[in-house]
Amino acid sequence: MPPSPSIRTENLTIRFGGHAAVSSVTCAFHPGELTVIVGPNGAGKTTWFNLVSGQLRPSAGRIFLGERDITRLSPSERAKAGIGRAFQLTNLFPKLSVLENVRLAVQAKAGRGSQLFTRTTRLTGLTDKAMQHLIETNLTSVADLPAAALPHGDQRKLEVALLLAMEPDIFMFDEPTAGMSVDEAPVILDLIARIKQDRSRTVLLVEHKMDVVRALADRIVVLHNGELVADGAPGEVMALALVREIYLGIGAEEVA
Amino acid sequence: MLQASASGTSARKAGRTRGHQGGRFVVYALVGLIGLALALAPFLFPDVRSQEVAARICVFIVLVASYDLLIGYTGIVSFAHTMFFGMGAYGTAIALKSMGPGFEAILIGGGAGIIAALVLALLIGLLSLRVKAIFFAMVTLAAASVMMVLASQLSDFTGGEDGITYSIPRLFSPAFELLTDAEGKALRLFGVPLNGKIALYYFVFITALVLFLALLRIVASPLGSVLQAIRENEMRAEAIGYRVVFYRTAIFCIAAGVAACAGILRAVWLKYTGPEVVLSFDIMIDILLMVVIGGMGTMLGAVIGVVLMTLAQYYLKDLMAVGAEATASLPIVPDLLNPERWLLWLGLCFILLVYFFPAGIAGTMMGKGGHK
Repeated sequence: MPPSPSIRTENLTIRFGGHAAVSSVTCAFHPGELTVIVGPNGAGKTTWFNLVSGQLRPSAGRIFLGERDITRLSPSERAKAGIGRAFQLTNLFPKLSVLENVRLAVQAKAGRGSQLFTRTTRLTGLTDKAMQHLIETNLTSVADLPAAALPHGDQRKLEVALLLAMEPDIFMFDEPTAGMSVDEAPVILDLIARIKQDRSRTVLLVEHKMDVVRALADRIVVLHNGELVADGAPGEVMALALVREIYLGIGAEEVA
Repeated sequence: MLQASASGTSARKAGRTRGHQGGRFVVYALVGLIGLALALAPFLFPDVRSQEVAARICVFIVLVASYDLLIGYTGIVSFAHTMFFGMGAYGTAIALKSMGPGFEAILIGGGAGIIAALVLALLIGLLSLRVKAIFFAMVTLAAASVMMVLASQLSDFTGGEDGITYSIPRLFSPAFELLTDAEGKALRLFGVPLNGKIALYYFVFITALVLFLALLRIVASPLGSVLQAIRENEMRAEAIGYRVVFYRTAIFCIAAGVAACAGILRAVWLKYTGPEVVLSFDIMIDILLMVVIGGMGTMLGAVIGVVLMTLAQYYLKDLMAVGAEATASLPIVPDLLNPERWLLWLGLCFILLVYFFPAGIAGTMMGKGGHK
């Protein structure tokens, strides 16, 4: 008897005009499990993520967090319910400092956002916590710089630091190492591996790099043209002829 | 390689911080000086016109700072700020007119004005802060226009285009002596009689100061950081768990309430309320110019912007008259300096300011705020 799923989608569908970007995807994920979602560009991976974290509303189907139907909740309500999302295209508060970016996420988690007459600087607990996340992501040396001034790799790390600061139950990473240098990527991958060690957490990861997939995945879900075409242990899925065909279509070296 | 780029970044950062530390100090010093001048204004500049200028500056600092909360900190463009200003002023004016010159009239009328402003802001906010910024701006423009029409049509209450004149509590009249000397006349301090006019000025000044300090406190609060997050990236603010519509509506209401308070001060000071002085779009444009000149998203910029604009509006003509007289023997120059051309010079000054201080005076000097 497997543990009950932490997050589950049921016939999840979204159409843009006549085109179904995500088509009737039914899938459940469990605590302690790291699932990598793969598929060629345009397969609907990011769209499916947007449906789960609330940036898009589905045309049909439902989403459950535990037993709770969250299909109608706004992104902020889902964030409070425990779904944390890091974005593929860097999506930060560009003119605010790196520390302030993370502190805002910590503050949201602590539910202190509507305090009107407290000085932010006196909530040192929040700042300390934010600093802790900067240490985890190797960003302490740039804490006072505006986020927009960081090099691309550091912005990707900050994106992950924001997600850590949200302390979610469901971690959703959308190509966290995209565009990162070979030196930088391991920091993020180590972090993800560490997140996974806590068995109460569910990790969903969209990733193209096959070495990353092999190193981290407990399970692989393959999307193709918006449909779920394969789901299973990494060894099994990678061996499927269909999956090899889809991937060979976009470049053999990525599979090899 | 990595090491080198990291140290390069920190060197750049240190350079920038040093440059802005000086600028920051200049801004603080300037604002401090302005504060001091306003605190001592009745004694430093005792003539009637200067008093009017000082009181107008106090009121507008509150009005512009509360507008900065919207446009500078949260990125909300509203054209309804004078509407809320007018609601505070008209509430006070109508109550003073109908109930007679007492503090209870100011309290009840002003209170009613503030509540009306809050309710209207809540309605506009809930109905339209979900839509795109440009539509929201249009909604506020429409609301403000309706309010102007109402103010001029409901002349039984508002006095129409003529406005309302009324008396204010006796404590604030020039005939009231705060302290008397041996002969029963108003005691003089630095040659200035301590009469009700002084009491009225300090009523305006202290209330404005308290409101401005409250606004400063708000922008330094956790709520203030959320506002900036919404301005910077609304979608991400929502994604990390902030209900953007709630925060936008809340700050729109707060700004409206503060603007209504400024309206009360204006109404009590002027003893007159009419569409020209509290509702017109000219005032809305003044507010916009002041916040841009001072620096959006800085709060302190409001102080600098208001003082510069107000001084220019009141004294540029005088200055030009002096200049025209001094250069009367030269060709062309006196014509250019003719006081009637003051708007041309004001426009030129504005263009130069925007060119040299793209993020406003305080914004550029402190290295923050402004546009992308």
